[in-house]
Amino acid sequence: MPFIANTEAERQEMLAAIGCSDLEELWGKAAAPKPTSDFATLPEGRSELEVARHLTHLAGKNATDLVCFLGMGYYDHFIPAAVGEIIGRPGFYTAYTPYQAEASQGTLQAIFEWQSAICRLTGMSVANASMYDGGTAVFEAMAMAMRVTRRRHVVVAAGLSPIFRNILKCYSDSQDCEITDIVLGDDDDRSGQEKVLAAVTDKTACAIVQYPNAFGAVEDWTKTIAAVKKAGTLAVCATYPTALAVLKTPGDMGFDIVVGEGQPLGMPLSFGGPYLGFMCTDMKLMRRMPGRIVGQAQDSSGRTGYVLTMQAREQHIRRSGAMSNICSNENLCALTALVYMTLLGRQGLVEVAELCMDKARYALAKLTSIKGVRRIGSQPFFNEFVLELPKDADEVAGRLVEKGYAAGFPLGRYYPGRQNQILVSVTEKRTQEEINGFANAMEAVLWS
Amino acid sequence: MELIFKLGAPGRRGVTLPKCDVPRHSDNDLPATLRRSAPAGLPEVSELEAVRHFTLLSRQNMGVDTHFYPLGSCTMKYNPKINERLSALPGFTDQHPLLPQLPEGGALCQGSLEALYETERLLSDLMGFAETTLQPMAGANGELTAIMMFAAYHKSRGDEQRRIMLIPDAAHGTNPASAVMAGFECREIPSDDEGDVDLEGLQAMLGPEVAGIMLTCPNTLGFFDHNVVKVIEMVHQAGALAYCDGANFNAIVGRVRPGDLGFDAMHVNVHKTFSTPHGGGGPGAGPVGVCERLVPFLPKSRVVKDADGTYRLEYNYPQSIGYIAPFYGNFSVLLRTYVYLLMCGREGFRRISENAVLNANYLRERLAPYYEQKYQRSCMHECVLSASRQSAKGVRALDIAKALLDVGFHAPTVYFPLIVPEALMIEPTETESKATIDAFCEAMIAIAKAVETDPDSVKRSPQTMPIGRMDEVAAARNPVLASL
Amino acid sequence: MKYYAETHEWVEIVDGIATVGITEFAAEELGDLTYVEMPAIGAVFEAGAVFGSVESVKAASDIYAPLAGKVCEINDALETNPEVLNEAAEGEGWICRFSDVDQSGLSKLMSREDYLKSIGK
Repeated sequence: MPFIANTEAERQEMLAAIGCSDLEELWGKAAAPKPTSDFATLPEGRSELEVARHLTHLAGKNATDLVCFLGMGYYDHFIPAAVGEIIGRPGFYTAYTPYQAEASQGTLQAIFEWQSAICRLTGMSVANASMYDGGTAVFEAMAMAMRVTRRRHVVVAAGLSPIFRNILKCYSDSQDCEITDIVLGDDDDRSGQEKVLAAVTDKTACAIVQYPNAFGAVEDWTKTIAAVKKAGTLAVCATYPTALAVLKTPGDMGFDIVVGEGQPLGMPLSFGGPYLGFMCTDMKLMRRMPGRIVGQAQDSSGRTGYVLTMQAREQHIRRSGAMSNICSNENLCALTALVYMTLLGRQGLVEVAELCMDKARYALAKLTSIKGVRRIGSQPFFNEFVLELPKDADEVAGRLVEKGYAAGFPLGRYYPGRQNQILVSVTEKRTQEEINGFANAMEAVLWS
Repeated sequence: MELIFKLGAPGRRGVTLPKCDVPRHSDNDLPATLRRSAPAGLPEVSELEAVRHFTLLSRQNMGVDTHFYPLGSCTMKYNPKINERLSALPGFTDQHPLLPQLPEGGALCQGSLEALYETERLLSDLMGFAETTLQPMAGANGELTAIMMFAAYHKSRGDEQRRIMLIPDAAHGTNPASAVMAGFECREIPSDDEGDVDLEGLQAMLGPEVAGIMLTCPNTLGFFDHNVVKVIEMVHQAGALAYCDGANFNAIVGRVRPGDLGFDAMHVNVHKTFSTPHGGGGPGAGPVGVCERLVPFLPKSRVVKDADGTYRLEYNYPQSIGYIAPFYGNFSVLLRTYVYLLMCGREGFRRISENAVLNANYLRERLAPYYEQKYQRSCMHECVLSASRQSAKGVRALDIAKALLDVGFHAPTVYFPLIVPEALMIEPTETESKATIDAFCEAMIAIAKAVETDPDSVKRSPQTMPIGRMDEVAAARNPVLASL
Repeated sequence: MKYYAETHEWVEIVDGIATVGITEFAAEELGDLTYVEMPAIGAVFEAGAVFGSVESVKAASDIYAPLAGKVCEINDALETNPEVLNEAAEGEGWICRFSDVDQSGLSKLMSREDYLKSIGK
């Protein structure tokens, strides 16, 4: 059933009005080719009930009862019921880009509130309406820094998410740029601040760091960033928004551009998306930032409203000179994040973050009390840490899945020298019982 | 409306969390220098205040669920509710994207992997391509992905001198923007008097430095280019590739397959042709179909089906352009696409395009006496009118757009494509009835008449919306971009 | 005496210093300007190179150096009041001044009369 409105009788009336005897004649007038295929491999359409049965059957083939200790940028956080209700309002999800501002004040004000909220969280002064995801946001930040500084060299700290790093490689391959990756030893959880600084020259457009980093480590970048900026290099921070509820902000550390993955702010894990890239900067760099931006404006009666502004940066005006090709973004996801941050609120987000920290420390203590299990590195951390196991981490992870635990991510897949290491992440959703069960299962897998 | 930050009271909470059931961490667990000095200035409202605020905001939007929304090239068709329900099943929403990357992890996600595999097959069949990647997260992202594959293809053949991308003057701005991001230089191909690509002009521009051409098909004027097959032949003869911007696929879906016409790659916008919601500007997805010779360059990973009927992710593609997205695409958006593909099927898509084209031509016929049309030919799923007659009386396309808001219609697209002065691009879609289209035409006719008798009334609109036209110049000169 | 480029910039040389701006016609086409991007003092440009841009709400345009030279002054007023350019594009709305000007480039520019003819006035 394809949701077509017109009846056969209506079609005949319309054809008559156009002066066509049938649809084929209309196709001919429109210079459309004859059908190029009989579409034999396409099945016939099915009813809503049949399709529902099929999708329910497929959903049933997915394992959803594993206790989740996976992270690496995408976290199993509690999502209040009201989030889904609010973003499911038809005015939000069946509207499109707010081209006609007077008919889109809902979307426009919501984006303005999102921009404000993410700035308040990151300590920056202007944000865009969203990018596709954290990884492409990192690339866009790099491209922005190259535009601003007119330089081609980029330094990437150790500890940038390997997922983000893969995305950065893919898009930067088309750019005329040179990337220096800082790599520390396999026994380290740090980002290599001194090496980052040493790699920065007067030809470096930006240094890209992750905070907390991909190993979970939290490091103070303030002094290093001040030194980096002396070379005229911009400082880019990829960050985890939930952690910023309690951690020093990248804004306070002096970063020029702050990006990250917004999924932790109320979006389900959803097997890969849609997610939410956020990008914030300072007013002095605002005109080089890609993406849509909403600003306040007044009508002739002095009423305050919201409009898409600074559009001269974007593709529909600048075309080949645009800051980016981005058009549709992740608007409803930005709204999701705003609603989540509103429902949790000032105190609530702090509480989420502190619960994450409490539970992560409890889990770390339980796990490292198992013979042969030790933590890699010793940096302060938020809710993620790396463990070294006495056996191959892939094998251990596989056996723990059988016991009902998504134990964490075996790092050997992305870091060849870390075959026995696993990245464990703990959120406020994990109960003491679940953590105890996980530790017991880990011990059993390792030693029985 | 007041900003959310102005509502509520200090200490008010929306949602509560469980008490901590493990020991609390000590205050000096994190060095003081790493601690935030004060909590972020997020709202302090009750759940009710939040629900009220956002619900009232949502009512300040026009959306497809409440209004006819004929934005040309956006295909604002109805968003089926079954898409929403099925994509929200916990079996789909609760899975961490890293699960299939765990050892034997594929076994944990067979349902999702099958959904992705089948969606890819169905789209490949509809577009006429060998394989499709579902990873691009929007149409523009799909364009960029395809053009990066063009670059990789030419590079693999030692053809790195091909640095030029040819793009018609009527193209959407994302086309040249994407080409530049992929490292190319753009040259504009002119259109002829019928709105088709100018063949002589094209021939003069083809040469060994041309990597490809980006064509919207049907084009941005709402027409099917008479010469599209010839254009593609010419491009191939010159050693270049042809890309189809499928934003207007709704006009030909189920009837014409761009792959059959000779295109090498194509993107579709699932939030247009395939009914996934527009969300106020996303999230959408821009799957890209490719011909056989471009398959090796597809992004990683890909879903494969083994002989025993199980599905898994494969990463071993040495010529792949790499990772354009963090994982497998905007998964829950793709699920909605899958539901729609299954519901429509072969007959359904055939009927969708023919009804979309019929509706647009009927609308064009009714409005022809009142609005100029630069090109006198039947359109496809959208028609481009010009307010040039009205602008002679001082009333512009923008004014007409605002006047439509006052009578309960969202405006069509205005000022695009750039080659039509005072353009009004109107796309009704197949999900709208003749009665709705008639009501819209009557409104447009009434506005045309008002322009003759009382043009100022049109220029003063909108008068009935929550806000009037805003001073965008002042907003851009003195930007206020956040409440901090 | 002003000289004009095809790309709608004007230049006037006094005592070896070239003052550059965009034409009234260009400013009108762009509409109310919201921002003028000006080059850094000391920057050197060849004739025909992009040295800045002008933006309005709905459009943006690169501006091209009519002659080769080195930027010695920019019009600070435009940073806070871009509307000055709309009001007096060929007077107070000048954009920047160049020293070390390569005056041989003047032969490629038009007189005011020829420029006005070229835009159909």
